[in-house]
Amino acid sequence: MNRKALSAPYLFWITAFIVIPLGMVLYYGLTDKTGAFTLENIIAIATAEHSKALWIAIKFSLESTVICLLLAYPLAMILAGMQISQHSFIVFIFILPMWMNFLLRTLAWQTLLEKSGVINNILGFLHLPALNIINTPAAIILGMVYNFLPFMVLPIYNSLTKIDPNVINAARDLGANSVQTFARITLPLSLPGVISGITMVFVPALTTFVISTLLGGSKILLIGNVIEQEFTQAGNWHLGSGLSIVLMLFILINMILTAIFDKDGEGNAL
Amino acid sequence: MKKLVDLRNITKSFGSQIVLDDLNLYIRENEFLTLLGPSGCGKTTTLRILGGFETPDTGSVIFDGSDITKLPPNKRQLNTVFQKYALFTHMTIAENIAFGLKIKHKPASYVKDKIKYALKLVNLDGFENRMPDSLSGGQQQRIAIARAIVNEPKLLLLDEPLGALDLKLRQDMQYELIRLKNELGITFIYVTHDQEEALTMSDTIVVMNQGYIQQIGTPESIYNEPENAFVADFIGDSNIIASTMIEDRLVQILGARFACVDEGFGRNKPVDVVIRPEDVELTLPEQGTIRGEVTHLIFKGVHYEMEVLANGFEWLVHSTKMFPVGTQVGIQVDPFNIQIMNKPESEDEEAVGVNE
Repeated sequence: MNRKALSAPYLFWITAFIVIPLGMVLYYGLTDKTGAFTLENIIAIATAEHSKALWIAIKFSLESTVICLLLAYPLAMILAGMQISQHSFIVFIFILPMWMNFLLRTLAWQTLLEKSGVINNILGFLHLPALNIINTPAAIILGMVYNFLPFMVLPIYNSLTKIDPNVINAARDLGANSVQTFARITLPLSLPGVISGITMVFVPALTTFVISTLLGGSKILLIGNVIEQEFTQAGNWHLGSGLSIVLMLFILINMILTAIFDKDGEGNAL
Repeated sequence: MKKLVDLRNITKSFGSQIVLDDLNLYIRENEFLTLLGPSGCGKTTTLRILGGFETPDTGSVIFDGSDITKLPPNKRQLNTVFQKYALFTHMTIAENIAFGLKIKHKPASYVKDKIKYALKLVNLDGFENRMPDSLSGGQQQRIAIARAIVNEPKLLLLDEPLGALDLKLRQDMQYELIRLKNELGITFIYVTHDQEEALTMSDTIVVMNQGYIQQIGTPESIYNEPENAFVADFIGDSNIIASTMIEDRLVQILGARFACVDEGFGRNKPVDVVIRPEDVELTLPEQGTIRGEVTHLIFKGVHYEMEVLANGFEWLVHSTKMFPVGTQVGIQVDPFNIQIMNKPESEDEEAVGVNE
């Protein structure tokens, strides 16, 4: 009885901020302006403009997830191989930017990458050709990788530090060279962390609209931008909600795949 | 018998801490050798140097006639059973055991036979498809041993393999290990801090402390003839008493003269005397060499443990006869049971020998 009472604030929280908003999204998504039931807002994803935005969003988030993974795994291995006194400091350095506001960090990249921004000033000073990546897909992916990399590093690092060093020693002792040891022992044992990291990068990258707005100009529209515009500029909550439902389905698929691979749920312990 | 391993002048330090200082040790073929000592004595580091997980700062490791000091672990013809088993939790028992054989590209039928043979050897037939997590500690330890021995190593290193098991299981596994060793004919190097384990299983015990070898010998000689106070104190209970060697075969302990069997210490020389508690005989007061009074009495099952205050020293006594607290008793010791040890002469030797 007491325990149930303790969970009351949590239940209130879920109801007020998750269940009700979700219900509203479903209601708006499945109705038209007169309030009648319709699937039009869902089917709207099939229009050329919307499906292109969805496709670009999936492509960019896949690319940035892969880049994050390639950068994060070696980094996590280096961190995990260090002594406690050293690595806690480096982990701290790594987490430090996360304490700064997400918008500020992305705005900083805008300033750095601008045509007459900091980087091009330095390049100009050195008489090197200017870098023109602002408002290109490259800038958006850079922004995604920069912002979401820690979410890839930390779960991988976590699962690597959980591996008993003697398990690695045992593989070496049984005749495996360092490549074989990595492929057969280290990698499989760290897989829960990798899968958790993929989810934690892919999902926010898929739904972002801030990074693409700030670093992509208004030229490149991701599905997140389209949804945002429906709500804020067009004022069409019904279409915005319908597209959100489609996006949620994609996230759901990702979650299901994750659950299948990450049976032990180990990688989620951040 | 042939020397299988020869450790020559091994020195190893971590930072400013010297863990091994000029260690020399050889292991004969088919020997069960135990490295025994308190934590931090260098026994595990010695094992890790043998396994290839540490490189000594100086010195060399000779294995089967060739120098393997710089060889990585996967190139060494020996296998290790690690503390806390270190099984591959993402693989089945069969895959765990097959790991080393598959790395060496042995044919599938050979691997299958070997798995069956190894599981039979450790009394775990039919466990092929189980996962390590579903096994008890004792079973996991058996799998770790099976995983090592299928590779037919010439030398098996065991790093406190029974440390995580409870007492009864530990005793069963001790007999199991002796049986395995006899069946396989592999040389075992065993690391432990448990003196009972060492005495039960070993052919040879190497007692270590602070990076130095204190004594090498058979379990009997280590127990009965400890060479210094550290060994005497570490192996079993003992009465260690500062005494004077009056002449050959006569020692003065706490003011009383006892006959002994040791010779060659010189006249009126200060020595340490070790008398095991079970070797102290309690008699009627007038029959003892010295007299005392029983101050403590505990029933231990097999024997009574008593403390007797005699000539200013608390004697630890194990006896099947009970003497209540307050009884006046005499103390007698058979000359063969008095073990005389040289006192450490210099401070340097003191640091090597005794760490209280």
